[in-house]
Amino acid sequence: MTTATVRAAAATGTTTGSGTGTATHCPYCALQCAMTLTPEPGPAPARLSVTPRDFPTNRGGLCQKGWTSAQLLDSPERLTTPLIRDAKGGELRAAGWDEALDLVARRFAQLRGARGADSVAVFGSGGLTNEKAYALGKFARVALGTSQIDYNGRFCMSSAAAAGNKAFGLDRGLPFPVTDLDESQAVVLVGANPAETMPPLMGHFDPARLIVVDPRRTATAQAALDGGGIHLQPAPGTDLALALGLLHVALVEGYLDTPERTAYRAERTVGWEDVRQCAARWWPERTERLTGVAAADLRRAAAALARARRAHILTGRGAEQHSKGVDTVSAWIDLALALGLPGTPGSGYGCLTGQGNGQGGREHGQKADQLPGYRHIEDPAAREHIAGIWGVTPESLPGAGRSAWELLDALGTPEGPAALLVMGSNPAVSAPRARRAVERLRALDFLVVADFLRSETAELADVVLPVTMWAEESGTMTNLEGRVLRRRAAQAPPPGVRTDLEVLHGLAVRLGRSVHEFPADPAPVFDELRRASAGGTADYAGAAPELLDAGEAVYWPVRAAAGGFAREAAGGSVPEAADGFAREATGDPVRATAGGPGREAIAGSGREATSGPAPEATGDGTEALGTPRLFLDRFAHPDGRARFLPVEHRDAAELPDDEHPLYATTGRQLQHYQSGAQTRRVPELAAAAPEVYVEVHPDTARRAGLADGDTARIVSRRGAVLARTRCVASLRTDTVFLPFHFPGDGAANALTNPALDPVSRMPEFKLSAVRLERADGGAAAERKEAV
Amino acid sequence: MSRALNVVVVGNGMVGARLYEETLRRDQTSRRVRMTVLGAEPVGGYNRVLLPGLLSGSLTEADLTPEASGETPLATGTTVTAIDRAARTVRTADGRQLPYDRLVLATGAATAVPPLPGLRDETDGGGGVLARGVTALRTLADARRLRRLADRARAVGARIAVLGGGVLGLEAARALVARGVAVTVVHPAPHVMDRQLDAPAGRVLGRALRRTGIEQRLGVMAVRWEPGKGLHLDDGSVLAAAGLLLCTGARPETGLAEECGLKTSPAGIAVDDTLTTSDPDIYALGDCADAEPGLVQPGWEQAAVLAGRLTGEDPYARYLGSPRVTRLKAAGIELACLGDPFVADDGFAGHAPAGGAGPAQGGLGEGDFPDDGGPEVLRLEDPARERYAKLVLHGDRVTGAILLGVPDAAAGLVQLYDKGAPAPSDRLALMLGRALPPESAGEAGEALPDHAMVCRCNSVTKGALRSAWYDGARSARELADATRATTGCGGCRGAVEKIAAWLAETDPLSSRDTPATTAPR
Repeated sequence: MTTATVRAAAATGTTTGSGTGTATHCPYCALQCAMTLTPEPGPAPARLSVTPRDFPTNRGGLCQKGWTSAQLLDSPERLTTPLIRDAKGGELRAAGWDEALDLVARRFAQLRGARGADSVAVFGSGGLTNEKAYALGKFARVALGTSQIDYNGRFCMSSAAAAGNKAFGLDRGLPFPVTDLDESQAVVLVGANPAETMPPLMGHFDPARLIVVDPRRTATAQAALDGGGIHLQPAPGTDLALALGLLHVALVEGYLDTPERTAYRAERTVGWEDVRQCAARWWPERTERLTGVAAADLRRAAAALARARRAHILTGRGAEQHSKGVDTVSAWIDLALALGLPGTPGSGYGCLTGQGNGQGGREHGQKADQLPGYRHIEDPAAREHIAGIWGVTPESLPGAGRSAWELLDALGTPEGPAALLVMGSNPAVSAPRARRAVERLRALDFLVVADFLRSETAELADVVLPVTMWAEESGTMTNLEGRVLRRRAAQAPPPGVRTDLEVLHGLAVRLGRSVHEFPADPAPVFDELRRASAGGTADYAGAAPELLDAGEAVYWPVRAAAGGFAREAAGGSVPEAADGFAREATGDPVRATAGGPGREAIAGSGREATSGPAPEATGDGTEALGTPRLFLDRFAHPDGRARFLPVEHRDAAELPDDEHPLYATTGRQLQHYQSGAQTRRVPELAAAAPEVYVEVHPDTARRAGLADGDTARIVSRRGAVLARTRCVASLRTDTVFLPFHFPGDGAANALTNPALDPVSRMPEFKLSAVRLERADGGAAAERKEAV
Repeated sequence: MSRALNVVVVGNGMVGARLYEETLRRDQTSRRVRMTVLGAEPVGGYNRVLLPGLLSGSLTEADLTPEASGETPLATGTTVTAIDRAARTVRTADGRQLPYDRLVLATGAATAVPPLPGLRDETDGGGGVLARGVTALRTLADARRLRRLADRARAVGARIAVLGGGVLGLEAARALVARGVAVTVVHPAPHVMDRQLDAPAGRVLGRALRRTGIEQRLGVMAVRWEPGKGLHLDDGSVLAAAGLLLCTGARPETGLAEECGLKTSPAGIAVDDTLTTSDPDIYALGDCADAEPGLVQPGWEQAAVLAGRLTGEDPYARYLGSPRVTRLKAAGIELACLGDPFVADDGFAGHAPAGGAGPAQGGLGEGDFPDDGGPEVLRLEDPARERYAKLVLHGDRVTGAILLGVPDAAAGLVQLYDKGAPAPSDRLALMLGRALPPESAGEAGEALPDHAMVCRCNSVTKGALRSAWYDGARSARELADATRATTGCGGCRGAVEKIAAWLAETDPLSSRDTPATTAPR
């Protein structure tokens, strides 16, 4: 292990200090910052120390979450033995692994026999490694035979994924390396707050060239303003109209009439005429009235974006987590296409993936409607291919199941599943309308949770299975730019703890599957994943482990080739950009440079690929494998063209009224990750961000009788939350904000609306109607309701 | 199941087309409503708002006309000649009788042509045709005609006269100027947009218009149009012009309604807040109805209400009026007018409202408002920079405003006004459109408080950096090692360096190589 680690580190140009460290990546967000874990001197078991590692994405930076990530490994709250609740209402007690696994397998088998395969459901996570995500999807379809599997990534990436698939025929968060952003002359961030959610990414932006779209003056918006950039502050739920308004300005100002852009639309896209008519109806003053963004600011932003030779539009959850999330992303993609950005070297559209493996997690079959390689489960060819890999008949594979919220909402109902296996997720806090989710989890006959801590969901379980943490396991992760990374074990897990793969292996065998079908070792699982994904959209066939170990930059799709796979000659040569500007030569050793992966993209779409390598290079002369930049030659639709999608603004599912006169929107704090189950237990993070708060405009607070620091009660149609008041003068007077990392009375998702996007089934996390009150006297009553 | 409601719409302008669209959105399979739209025009009405784009060539006519999707049962070129309310049918010019369950009148309005000699084509025998060189601006045909007039005028270096200095006149004038045509606006009142603006605002706007190249003749009446020469004015002068654009208001098209006995008035066909006329089976909306004048937005809102009722999706929907917001759409001029901005003291500035309407942040309590029940009025006059802002509040609600040259304020205020939301107590910020700057992030040294966050990525405050300094970290690099500041995105590197320099300057110990003070943290 050590030798391999050192070699890998050397290959990626990193140092590991003493040479005894393990090169791996941060456990949290999708930037997957590179870090080295080194045992601290002292008595065994040694504590691991974290040092950041130079890598193109984080460039030796880490945020506070990353720096403190190892502190959880030896937390006294780690679970080290399975727990069983013998009777509903009873306590969880320690149990042996055999007893626990036997019980789970028996109950699953009983339910399946009595009530059919769909009576057992599975809930996965965008935090799982590729291997686990793959194995979990296979476990559901093969070992359980259930169609009822979905994952928490439905709450993150589904809107951007659906819009990307519609427009480009393929969804990869960033279809270009992060380092492309360094040279961008205008970066639009729509509903994304990387200064808090993935801080080292901010190092890739010039604040003067940022255009931040957010109803709040977030840390990211403030950074833009301080650096001379632009902040557009639309009313919640109006991002779609804002995009059409910007497109309108670009249209009437003649920005779209350049020969390059005209040719791009003619040759590389279809559907422009319909979209220009959508945009024609959103003149600046109309856009202003709906969005609250001044027409003058709209013109300024459009000019900055349209005049940039290289430009990027990036969306985040703020744009996507709406009941019109897909259409909203489509509107921003329409703007990007009109400007000729996607598939043009040095420019592009992308979404900022959230969870650590939010990219890989959405490709390998833990989605209700999906099979590995980003294949559709209803596609007969896909079913046949995957059934062949799995050694089952295509007919035995179930069809599409319920999406995440619909699945949670159905738990314990007569039509819904009676048992659930949760792996790597905490829906009791993270689901919309969280108290309903808790109620449904409680209504189950049998809940099994695999976790390393007693999360809020684990507390509801009948069986809790203690599993490894990131530093104790190996596997692969796919970061926000589609690059496949190695996660490496730095130490053995505590006694009594097993990996998720071992759990699935143990259960599958007990459910009558052969021992070879669900290996406990990640290496054969990854091999199988590569074969299963081959020819699919997200093709990992060429991502050989030895290449990943050697630190090669491998981006999917990476096709297998005879006697190896397509590898691109490098030499640091840079293709000319389509509009004729050449890239500046640079000595930056971590800058990946351009490439021409179009042929690979074709292969990735399951069509005939031309043979021969596509040129790929990084600036320091090393090679990139697979497809660092998608769409340079063609998009992944059969005709090679991107699709403009006509979209129209529509109201959120719920608007403020007399009873609930304010918008509530939710988001993240730098110190916490997702439901906070991990980060709230890291003392340094808990000290810096100890409790839930509500950001309120000072006038709005005063009208509710609240002063800064008072406990406020925020009430929606679905529930109420108690939170500390924080007066923020830059906030809109009609909007309050809450972070969603906290449980119990402070669970912001008690407020949120499970109204779903009709296409992606994304809930409307970012907008609910609320009222604000003093907590006096209301608190006790609310606790009663909550229980 | 009952059959679909058979709805006939007369008028395929902006509002009629919008009604169809809104209905289809609510009833995608046409299970509940089967709608037929009849329009006299060969093409639908066009969106006047987009005229500048059409004149400049950046928008096409297709962009301006409401899209008629392939399946729209839209009968263009079908003129309705009569309504038989008893039989519930309409008769068309080509002799057909079409039955209806519900009839919707969206007949719009026509330009009110002033009774001036020379405007009508004499050879037409008193028909409605305008004389050569004269055009209105309502239909797409009008827009084409204006474009031809403008191009001819530009080619010979002649001028276009615009009669009427209201919103439409000024927007059209601005678009013509952008096309390179000389324009003079003729307006009878002492200042333009006198229905929306008080005198000082009108003067500032006049100045801004002149800057963009729009000449104005104010306080004069037109008396005669003389083709080939120009517009004769009542002061005896003649404004030389190659073309005349009439922006003199509109007259609701109520002819069909009157003939079948519906209740009408000069303001339009009488409707209640459900948009129902005096016949419960007949609705009217848009410019032909007396519900709301003139603008596209109210018509669209009415279309949504009526679609909700017809489809049964929202059977109790009511149209309660649209907030009165006028936003001048003229490049280079940012003007918004809300509600009623006129107050009794208009015209003299000596009467400041009681309490001075303090702009100071946070200082305004309920008791500070004028207690005579009158409005609170705020004004900012900066004619040199073409800025004028006036706010009228009753209690904490904005009831009227004029905002010229303060675009951010306009955007925020319109949102407050539309929702009837209370105005922020920071009145100065309200007028300027942005909160006064918070503590500056650029500060690093003494001015920065200890609790200020310097490195957000790692939650490092200035106080933490100071503590680290006294614990022995003596450079930016050492501060970074001790606190992790700068090790996230690196954006605070400059600030940490500044703080290190400031500490080096102010810490008496740091000038020597004194070891760290030992106070444990």
